[in-house]
Amino acid sequence: MPPVFGVLFDGLAYGMLLFLLSVGLSVTLGMMNFVNLAHCSFAMLGGYVTVTLTNDFGWPFFATLPAAFVAAAAASAVLEQVFFRRFYNAGELDQCLLTIGIVFISIAAAAYIYGTINQPVQLPAYLQGSIAFQGLTLSIYRLFLIGIALLITIALVAMLEATRFGAQVRAAVNNQRMARGLGINVDALFALTFALGSGLAGLGGALAIQLVGLDPSFAFTYLIYVLIVVSVGGLGSISGSFAAAMLLGVSDVAGKYYVPAIGAFLIYLVMVVLLMWRPTGIFGRRA
Amino acid sequence: MTSATIAGPHEVLRAQTRWHWSEIAFWLATLLPFVLTPTYLVLGSQIAITALFALSLDLILGFSGIVSLGHAAYFGVGAYTAGLLSTWGWGEPLTGLAAAALAAGLFGYLTSFIIARFRHLALIMITLGIGLVLQEAANSASWLTGGFDGLQGIHTWPIFGALRFDLYGYTAYGYALAGLFVIFLVARRLIHSPFGLALRGIRENNQRMAAIGAPTRAHIRTIYTIAAIIAGIAGAMLAQTTETVSLEALGFQRSADVLVMLILGGTGRLYGGLIGAAVYMVARDQFSGLNPQYWYFWIGVLLIAVVMLLPNGILGGLSLLARRAKAMS
Repeated sequence: MPPVFGVLFDGLAYGMLLFLLSVGLSVTLGMMNFVNLAHCSFAMLGGYVTVTLTNDFGWPFFATLPAAFVAAAAASAVLEQVFFRRFYNAGELDQCLLTIGIVFISIAAAAYIYGTINQPVQLPAYLQGSIAFQGLTLSIYRLFLIGIALLITIALVAMLEATRFGAQVRAAVNNQRMARGLGINVDALFALTFALGSGLAGLGGALAIQLVGLDPSFAFTYLIYVLIVVSVGGLGSISGSFAAAMLLGVSDVAGKYYVPAIGAFLIYLVMVVLLMWRPTGIFGRRA
Repeated sequence: MTSATIAGPHEVLRAQTRWHWSEIAFWLATLLPFVLTPTYLVLGSQIAITALFALSLDLILGFSGIVSLGHAAYFGVGAYTAGLLSTWGWGEPLTGLAAAALAAGLFGYLTSFIIARFRHLALIMITLGIGLVLQEAANSASWLTGGFDGLQGIHTWPIFGALRFDLYGYTAYGYALAGLFVIFLVARRLIHSPFGLALRGIRENNQRMAAIGAPTRAHIRTIYTIAAIIAGIAGAMLAQTTETVSLEALGFQRSADVLVMLILGGTGRLYGGLIGAAVYMVARDQFSGLNPQYWYFWIGVLLIAVVMLLPNGILGGLSLLARRAKAMS
C-alpha cells in the first residue's frame, strides 16, 4: 500500500490522542463559558503520575492509567473549588490570566521535581513493536491507542445521550439559565463534569508519553493543539471535537511528512482561516 | 442651578487632560536613573521600551476591550524591519523607526479587518493564531530572518549623526525614554479625545455603541492599527539599542509577558503598563540568578494573586487606598 495509508494511520492515532486531551475542555467551555487554559496542566499531571508509578514504584502500565485519571480529576476538583468557581461570571481575560498563572506554576513545579528532560515510560512487551498488515507496518501501541479512544468516545456518547446525568449536561450546555430554572443543580453538575473532563485529559497525558514524549513544556505545547480542536470543533460538541481532532491529527502528521519545512505554519494558518469562516467552530451552534 | 450642573462632554474631556502633579513627578523621576543609578541604564532602556509596548497593548486591551494573545507579532515586525534595514546598510535610527512603524502599521491595518469582526474566545484564538503563524513564518524564512539563530550584523548609527550608542546605555536610555514620552503624549491626547471616549464605549458595550450610531468596527480598526504602529516602534527600538533581533521578539512568551505586566500595573489607565513594566523588569533583573523556570513559578503566583486580590492592578489598588484615605479624613 502507498505511504499515504501509513500517514493516515499515524494521523488518526494522533487525532485520537488530541481528542482525549481536548474533549473535557470542550464540554466545560460549552457549559460554563469558562476559558480553562490550564487544561493541559491536568494532562501533564496524568503523564507524570504514570511515569512515577511505572518507573519508581514498578506498577504495570495498565494499572497506572486509572491512577492518572483519578489524580488529574482530583487535582482539578480541588482547583475548581478553590479558584475557578469564583470566576464563572468574570470576563474571559480574568479567566485566561488565572489559568495561565496555574500553567506557569505547573510547568515550574514539574521542572523542579522532574527536570526539563524528556521522561521515558516503560511499556509492557505486548504493546511494543508493530504488526505487518497489507504491506503496512502498524505500531501496536497506536492501534491500542485508537482502540481505547474509540471505546471512551462510545462510552462518552452513550453517557451523554442515554443517562440522566448526560441529559442534564446537555441541558446545561444548551441553556444554562433555563437548566437552573428547571431545578438542575448546574454548579454540582459542572464540578463533576469538570473533574471528569480533566480526568480524561490526565488519561490522555498518560497515553501521550509514548507518542509525543513528556517534559514540562507539555502544558503549553499541547494547550495550543487542544484550543485549536475546541475552537474549530465548536464548544460543547463531542462530535465536533472528534471531527476536529481527527482533521488536526491527520493534517499535522501529513504536513510534517510531506512538507516538513512549513508543517506547523500550515496548522496555525488553517486554524485562523477556519475560525474566520466559522467563529463558533465547524459544528458550533451558538453565536 | 448649583454646582451640580452636569458638564458637557467637552468640558469633561478637557478636565481629564489637565496634568496632575503626580504625573509631572513621575516623568521627572524617569530622569533620575541618569544620576542615581547610571550602571542600570541599559536595564532602564529595556524598561522604557517594554513600557512602550505595554502602553500599545493598553490602548487596545485596556481602552477598547480587545483581548490579544498575539501582540508580539507587531513588536516583532517592527524589530525585524529595523534590524533588516540595518543589516542592509542603513543604520540611521530615526528613519529606521519610521520604516518599522510603517511596516507594523501596515500589518496591523491588514489584520485589523479580521480583528474587528470577532470578540470573545474566537478573538483570543485568532490573535494567538496570527502570532503563531508569524513566528513560524519567521522561523521558516531563515534566509531572511536568520531563523533560530537570530539576525546578525545590526549596527545602529549615532542619533542625528552625533549621539553614539555607548556601552553604558546613556544614549539608549535617553533615546528610549524620549520615544516613550513622545508616544505617551500622543496616546494621552488620543484617549482623552472624543475618539477615545468612543473606544471606552466599545469596551463597555459594543452593541449599544453600534446602536447609537458609532462606527464600532472602523474605530476598532483605527485603534488596532495605531497600537500596532506603537508596538512596531517599540520593537524597532529594542532592535536598535540591543543590535540583535531573535525569534523571541515575536514569540508567544513576549505576548504573555506584556499582558502580565499590563495586568500587574492596571489596565485602562495610561500609567498601568508603564508601572507594570518597571516593576516586572526590575523584579526579573533582581531574580536573574534564578532559573527562568522558577521565575515563571512566581509569575504564576503573582498572576493568580493579582486576579484574585487586585483586579485593577497596582494602580487600581493605589487609587482604592487613596479613595479610602479621603473618605476617612
